[in-house]
Amino acid sequence: MDTQLILFNGFNGLIVGAFYVLMALGLSLILNLSGVINFAHGGFLAVGGYLAYTLTPYIGFWPSLLVAPTLTAILGVVIERTMVRRLYGRDPLYSLLLTFGLAFIFEDMTRAIWGAQGVPFAPPEYLSQPISLDLFFVTYYRLFMMAVVFIAVLALFMFLRYTRIGVRIRAGTLDLETVSALGVNVRALRTLNFAVGIFLAGLAGVLAGGNLSLEPTMGANVLMPSFVAIIVGGVGSLPGTLVGGLLIGVAAGLTSVWFPSASEAVIYVIMAVVLLVRPRGLMGEEGVMT
Amino acid sequence: MKLRPDIVGISLILVLAPFWLPLVHGYEALGTRVLVLGLAAMSLNFLLGFTGVLSFGHAAYFGLGAYGCGFALKYLAPSTPLAILCGMLLGTIAGALLGALIVRRRGVYFAMVTIAFGQVFYFIAFRWNTLTGGDDGLRGFSRQPIDLGFTTINIADNLTALYYFVLVCFAIAVGLMGLLLRSPFGRTLLAIRENERRARFLGLPIEQHIWLSFVISCAFMSMAGALYALLNNFADPKGLHYTQSGDFVIMAVLGGMRSFWGPLLGAAVFVVLQDSLSSMTTNWQSWIGVMFVIVVLFFPRGLLGFLRRKSQA
Amino acid sequence: MVQSGNRGIIRRRRVLQVGAGIGALQFASPFIIQARGEQSVKIGMIDPLTGAYAAVARSEVEGAKLALDQVNAKGGILGRKVELLVEDSANDVGIGVQKARKLIEGSGANFIFGDVNSAIALAVAQVTAEKKVLHIVTGGHSDAVTGTDCHWNVFRVCNSTVMDGNAIAGVLMSKFGKKWYFLTPDYAYGHSVQAALVKQLEAAGGKWQGSLTPIGTPDYSALLIKAKAYKPDVIVNVMGGGDQVNSIKQYVQFGLAKQIPMGGTLFEYESVAALPDDARSGWWTYEWYWNQPKTPHVADFVAEVKKRTNQVATARHWFGYVGVHTVALVSNQEKTLEAPKLAKALEGFKLPPEVALTPNPAIYRAGDHQLMSDVFVGQAHPKKAGGDPNDFFEVTDVVPGEKAAGPVAGCVLKYPA
Repeated sequence: MDTQLILFNGFNGLIVGAFYVLMALGLSLILNLSGVINFAHGGFLAVGGYLAYTLTPYIGFWPSLLVAPTLTAILGVVIERTMVRRLYGRDPLYSLLLTFGLAFIFEDMTRAIWGAQGVPFAPPEYLSQPISLDLFFVTYYRLFMMAVVFIAVLALFMFLRYTRIGVRIRAGTLDLETVSALGVNVRALRTLNFAVGIFLAGLAGVLAGGNLSLEPTMGANVLMPSFVAIIVGGVGSLPGTLVGGLLIGVAAGLTSVWFPSASEAVIYVIMAVVLLVRPRGLMGEEGVMT
Repeated sequence: MKLRPDIVGISLILVLAPFWLPLVHGYEALGTRVLVLGLAAMSLNFLLGFTGVLSFGHAAYFGLGAYGCGFALKYLAPSTPLAILCGMLLGTIAGALLGALIVRRRGVYFAMVTIAFGQVFYFIAFRWNTLTGGDDGLRGFSRQPIDLGFTTINIADNLTALYYFVLVCFAIAVGLMGLLLRSPFGRTLLAIRENERRARFLGLPIEQHIWLSFVISCAFMSMAGALYALLNNFADPKGLHYTQSGDFVIMAVLGGMRSFWGPLLGAAVFVVLQDSLSSMTTNWQSWIGVMFVIVVLFFPRGLLGFLRRKSQA
Repeated sequence: MVQSGNRGIIRRRRVLQVGAGIGALQFASPFIIQARGEQSVKIGMIDPLTGAYAAVARSEVEGAKLALDQVNAKGGILGRKVELLVEDSANDVGIGVQKARKLIEGSGANFIFGDVNSAIALAVAQVTAEKKVLHIVTGGHSDAVTGTDCHWNVFRVCNSTVMDGNAIAGVLMSKFGKKWYFLTPDYAYGHSVQAALVKQLEAAGGKWQGSLTPIGTPDYSALLIKAKAYKPDVIVNVMGGGDQVNSIKQYVQFGLAKQIPMGGTLFEYESVAALPDDARSGWWTYEWYWNQPKTPHVADFVAEVKKRTNQVATARHWFGYVGVHTVALVSNQEKTLEAPKLAKALEGFKLPPEVALTPNPAIYRAGDHQLMSDVFVGQAHPKKAGGDPNDFFEVTDVVPGEKAAGPVAGCVLKYPA
């Protein structure tokens, strides 16, 4: 019985961790190339979820899964072009405050448009069932979430590895000046990179909508674990973020077997230990952004 | 010693606040709130503006001060000064320990780590129901009259007395911070802010200085938190949340983080704006957000910096 | 030179004196308002219009506005127009307390309403008691409000958690059995509902297990796994707001809905509306429900709310509505705005049927100032084909408030000398 419970919760933590990964990768992309901590990431997540809710009656669930994040990313581009861009190269304090203010506006506008009351958003019937009576906690929807996250992460890493733009983004993370000197349009690169990050947030929003209640405040709760995932994995390292997200998800899941009320605190304990033992994070490189 | 006009002016405004506030449709509790949050913003700015280190988790120490104060009144003894001291002690110790852990980080990374650690205290306050009251907050204590030996000041029921009591605490804290900044120690902090590498080459122990600045900042921050608990007779986990930290940072930036009094001005503008906006529209959050955006994009030096620049131009 | 300097000083002093004088006027303003008569009567309402409780808070404000217009159409309070000053507490105790002072000291509010969040309601009650202002807690459920922390000037419209717990406990036992698993939020509200339910259950010889869950938990699978392993007759879900929605959504997705029934105390209409249709199930209590075809005046109220907000009237609309009518009725009856007299008059005060809108009478109990109103017990269900699309709930029992509340517990009312 106990081993079963541990397995259950470990698996469950993996799903939660996968979700953190999606959020944290988007945050990490933007942070690495542009040095901006995007506090409004949770706001973009909510927008993605709500857009999918609005679109689904017209175009169905599956198209919404792509269209809603794309629209969110377009919103992200508008904001990057008009506001965030002006702060590149300035003290990180300013971009932090800007996105912090944007987070307020996002939450409030979501409430003004879609109402303070949560809205019902259900994935298709065949997804919201358990695969078997014994493994009741493994619903098709959860497997589907895992699959989407897996595909998204795979696509992201392929993109960064094998496309010219992806290679430039990675190079820019390491040494933006040289990349710029080589004639790459850094402004466009950053905009595109921002859009990719926001797309991931929007996608996370659609996935979360099927599992949680769609509420204006939904984004704020997942923002902090995503931060921790980045710190644990190591700032500057996308694979690190991936590992960090899964690690804290599983740790939180396992802790809930024994100490449910400490399941959130445990991720911060992990962070403190990592900072003590290996200050740059699990897979961070010395000297990057520290 | 020459009297500085800025100090005289600000003192006059603050001392006379209970008289002029009602004229502008203010009320005393608002004045006290401005003082408390102003002290918090100035404490944060000791680190942010005068050492050049961005902490985005300072609400944690504000909240710890509040809880420390509440615990002392509730469990130790009914004494207001003791409670403030306990609040400061709790916040300062926590700041000293965490500061040692993160003092080598810089820039964005420092900000992220301070946010995340700030959230640790938030979760403790939020979860440890039996001690802190959890989400319901810490209740069951109230500020006690101050016994000066020859007379008692009744800050428990008299709000005007409470305002002046907070003002005295504020003056002591701000005076100490001013003295520290004028001392050789303060000069060193400025040198670190301006050019850390050069300061390092000069053989200055950078980490120790930043750590000490962090701890001093936390000490005054927790004093502000203790006063906040006295003002509300209540301590609340929201006081430790990172959104509260963001409010403190914007107060400092809004007023002008390179000037000593800037954060106080920023706190006053922020508190009054929030107070009046939220009475006018339910969408006040958006307007506060818009204020963040405007300050960052158009007034990065804050109101005082902007005015100074204009008068120079 | 010297003379002019002197004059300057004198002038400054006079300005200060005048300033102080006006300042004193401002603080004493409620009395002046009474003397002048033509000024409006002010109700200050503090509710969390932003944050997690925004939906229910906004319903309360809408209900209060509806009652306000009705009161003003009938001549207001003491012949004066009534004004509703709404302030957002932002779900933050510090801001809530500040707003209370602002309303009382700055705007001269004669009555204070609020807050949905019990912690804020309790903190505001300290201020209103100190300022001797009549305070109606519209929607904060914590037992302490009319229990250990009750005040002479504080009255509550919504139920205490004990009332809701007592009303449903018997139904859950007789329908399902005496082995329960609790999903309980880890704060005062959750603790007291669970305690009330457990008391009834243990008295009947039942047994239980449960998990205390932090508020804002997004994922309930670990708890539901534990719940299933216990093999209970019923899962008792006393979560609130978005947490309740999330936990029920996952309970349905896991297919548990087909195996173990669910029940609990409050399942607010605002939350039910946020659930997909197939997740609307289980046995719950409502503090007021809109579909009461046999109770007079209810249809008018529902139609009026629908007309104004395009929404179905919920218990929260009703709380705000009852609050405003309460202060108007009692002030006009006593012909005064003095809080101690009004508080005395409200003890044992019976709401007229067009305000109560419940099958049985609704009375403010003298012992603890809690409104004794009916608790609606019944079963949630998906939209019925051909039925009203807003009807998610079938009322099976109406438990009179007096019976649900039991005797006064923990409250000692101390009036000012």
